[in-house]
Amino acid sequence: MKFRVERDVLADAVAWTARTLPVRPSVPVLAGMLLDAGEDDGRQRLRLSSFDYEVSAQVSVDIDVDEPGRTLVSGRLLAEIVRNLPPQAVEISTDGAKVVVSCGSAKFTLLTLPVEDYPTLPAMPELTGSVLSDAFAAAVSQVAVAAGRDDTLPMLTGVRVEIEGETVTLASTDRYRLAVRELTWTPQDPGVSAVALVPAKTLADTAKSLTSGAQVSIALSTAGSGEGMIGFEGGGRRTTTRLLDGDFPKYRALLPDSFNSVAEVQKSEFVEAVKRVSLVAERNTPLRLAFSDGRLVLEAGAGDEAQAVEVLDASLEGDDIQIAFNSTFLVDGLNAIESDIARLQFTTSTKPAIITGKPVDDGASDYRYLIMPVRLSS
Amino acid sequence: MSRRQLERGRAVRGTVTADGIAPLGRADPDDADCVVLHIDMDAFFTSVEELRSPGLRGRPVIVGGTGPRGVVAAANYPAREYGVHSAMPMSRALRMCPDAVVRPPDGAAYRRVSAAVMDILRSVTPEVEQLSVDEAFLDVSGARRRLGGPVRIAELIRSRVHGEQGLTCSVGVAATKFAAKLASTRCKPDGLLLIPTAHVAAFLHPLPVGALWGVGDKTEQALRRLGLRTVGDVARTPPETLRHELGQALGAHLAELAWGRDPRPVTTETADKSVGAEETFDSDVRDPETIRRELLRLTEKVARRLRASGQAGRTVVVKLRRADFRTVTRSRTLGEPTDVAREVFTAAGELYEASGLSGVPLRLVGVRMEGLVPAGQIHHQLALDEPDQGWRAAERVQDEVIRRFGAGAIGPAALAFRDEDDV
Repeated sequence: MKFRVERDVLADAVAWTARTLPVRPSVPVLAGMLLDAGEDDGRQRLRLSSFDYEVSAQVSVDIDVDEPGRTLVSGRLLAEIVRNLPPQAVEISTDGAKVVVSCGSAKFTLLTLPVEDYPTLPAMPELTGSVLSDAFAAAVSQVAVAAGRDDTLPMLTGVRVEIEGETVTLASTDRYRLAVRELTWTPQDPGVSAVALVPAKTLADTAKSLTSGAQVSIALSTAGSGEGMIGFEGGGRRTTTRLLDGDFPKYRALLPDSFNSVAEVQKSEFVEAVKRVSLVAERNTPLRLAFSDGRLVLEAGAGDEAQAVEVLDASLEGDDIQIAFNSTFLVDGLNAIESDIARLQFTTSTKPAIITGKPVDDGASDYRYLIMPVRLSS
Repeated sequence: MSRRQLERGRAVRGTVTADGIAPLGRADPDDADCVVLHIDMDAFFTSVEELRSPGLRGRPVIVGGTGPRGVVAAANYPAREYGVHSAMPMSRALRMCPDAVVRPPDGAAYRRVSAAVMDILRSVTPEVEQLSVDEAFLDVSGARRRLGGPVRIAELIRSRVHGEQGLTCSVGVAATKFAAKLASTRCKPDGLLLIPTAHVAAFLHPLPVGALWGVGDKTEQALRRLGLRTVGDVARTPPETLRHELGQALGAHLAELAWGRDPRPVTTETADKSVGAEETFDSDVRDPETIRRELLRLTEKVARRLRASGQAGRTVVVKLRRADFRTVTRSRTLGEPTDVAREVFTAAGELYEASGLSGVPLRLVGVRMEGLVPAGQIHHQLALDEPDQGWRAAERVQDEVIRRFGAGAIGPAALAFRDEDDV
């Protein structure tokens, strides 16, 4: 195997592939990154792959091939080396059981891992549809923020993806908040109907890293065809991940549809004030909000602790309301909405509140962030 | 040296002066800085018994176990004249005083009266440090403007306890807890003694070293070896010598105390560091289901105690002792403090499962909650799938049922239908 490639092109591709390398590989070959140089659709391409039995990543870039071939080297080491190479053409070649990386006057010799032991990457499932990459990344990040991080409740560490014709609904919850976002896409089959539970962290990382191309293709293996898997492809990169098992909560029933109060607050001011006031809130102590006509009072701290208070302008329709929240959950929700004005809808101080952007005429994104309040000790 | 030897057994209402104890006269007592009161109920258990059976008054009364290994828990003053005292084997007490009326202890009755007395004390000032059922320290510095000087407050307490509960108590008044406690001991029963700060040293120095707080048999022997028999001997010994002979902490402590210097403040609550319960099995148990059930029983007990004391714990600790006494403890810190048995048990059960001792014979299991905070300070992050009335509410109802109908009236089904001894 022997090929030449631009340093920046290689560095990008290697760095992206290396993100999927397992931190503690269950078998040594999984620490390797597979390099495969050859012809692909009539173009000379290098394909880089990594896999940890959960997630696979594969990227292909243009190169000049002198001699096609495959080899497996330590992914971390390759990524470190490539990241630090000078900005010149890189030549990579095999020399017996070794791989030589040369760039300018620098030369590295790496040991190879047994390429024949490397597992076959899962095949990409059949294409289900495609979506604009930027819109997809934005939607995923809005939803993934509410996903759980507790591995003892694995079904809550995922984003639920529901596909119904041209509509994709994303939802995630950690039991304390719930984020739901709908977006439109272009399905292969207009009558498609499918659901999947995708690990939230993988989905968020993937969606963000696939914005180099205009579109992201999504391929979902239906539940009937063996192990559930979803694949994403865009801009020469593709990744697959195993789906999570388990029953996702029936979240639609949790979204209240009637409210006693609706408040609107300038979002950036609100976020700043929440961050300021919660400086005095120790861990697990909530931020208290009091909405009345024309103003919002934020308070934190109590008794013989440090205290803070700030007053903002706010419009209110309906009953005055006092309610307390975990300030991190509140900031997450406010940051996730796209509008400059946050709309908060309340029922009572112990019932879920809904945060959305103030709706605009052209029908802005349908994003809802439900947040459970903190019940103050009496 | 015991407190018994310090008691004179004759009522005193006086003040310590340069010439010994003088009756409190009409003149204002020298109590300006003597804000610590030590209240000690007189022969508490037997007094409660006398109150319930007035015919006992004047006769020797002993409260204690009546079985073959029974021990005297308390004796009234007539019984004490025969030499009966607490912790003495009942058989010996009855040989000394064959006419004594013996009553088995009735803890519930004593606690009821105790609570009423403590309520009186707390109406004087919230600064009450309860030491036991029949003893408490008060810091009355905040009550002086309202109620007058410390001696006056002491008189007020004595007359209210007598008027409302029909019991007598003795009150020591001094600037420190140490001196106040000595004063109440000295003036028992039904007495009041003020030790003005100027006379504390003079009062202390003739006392035997055993009167010093922190001096038990061992230390008393060590001091005797140094030729120190009275508090005054200790006071006149260079502090370095005491530290050298008795160790840094104890030596320094006694050198201060011998001059009546006691830095301990009256603290309203001695905050518990943890609340726990453990059970030693009659014979080793290996069945995981039985262990889990025992963990549940202990958890219920711990959670009930937390709720009763208005506390919640953050860290669940499980203790498992194997048949060969090797002991492992495993702990988990929860997201937020809890007093709900259901939540504690979930963690405790998982800790047991993860301990690797499932199926291993155990002689003891224990459950403990650490990281305690007042329950009033817990804010509860509500969850989406949480019912309005959850386990917390169910367990509060359980507390209420147990309060009315007694322990065993209600509990987890897994613990039902078992021997009474197990519940």
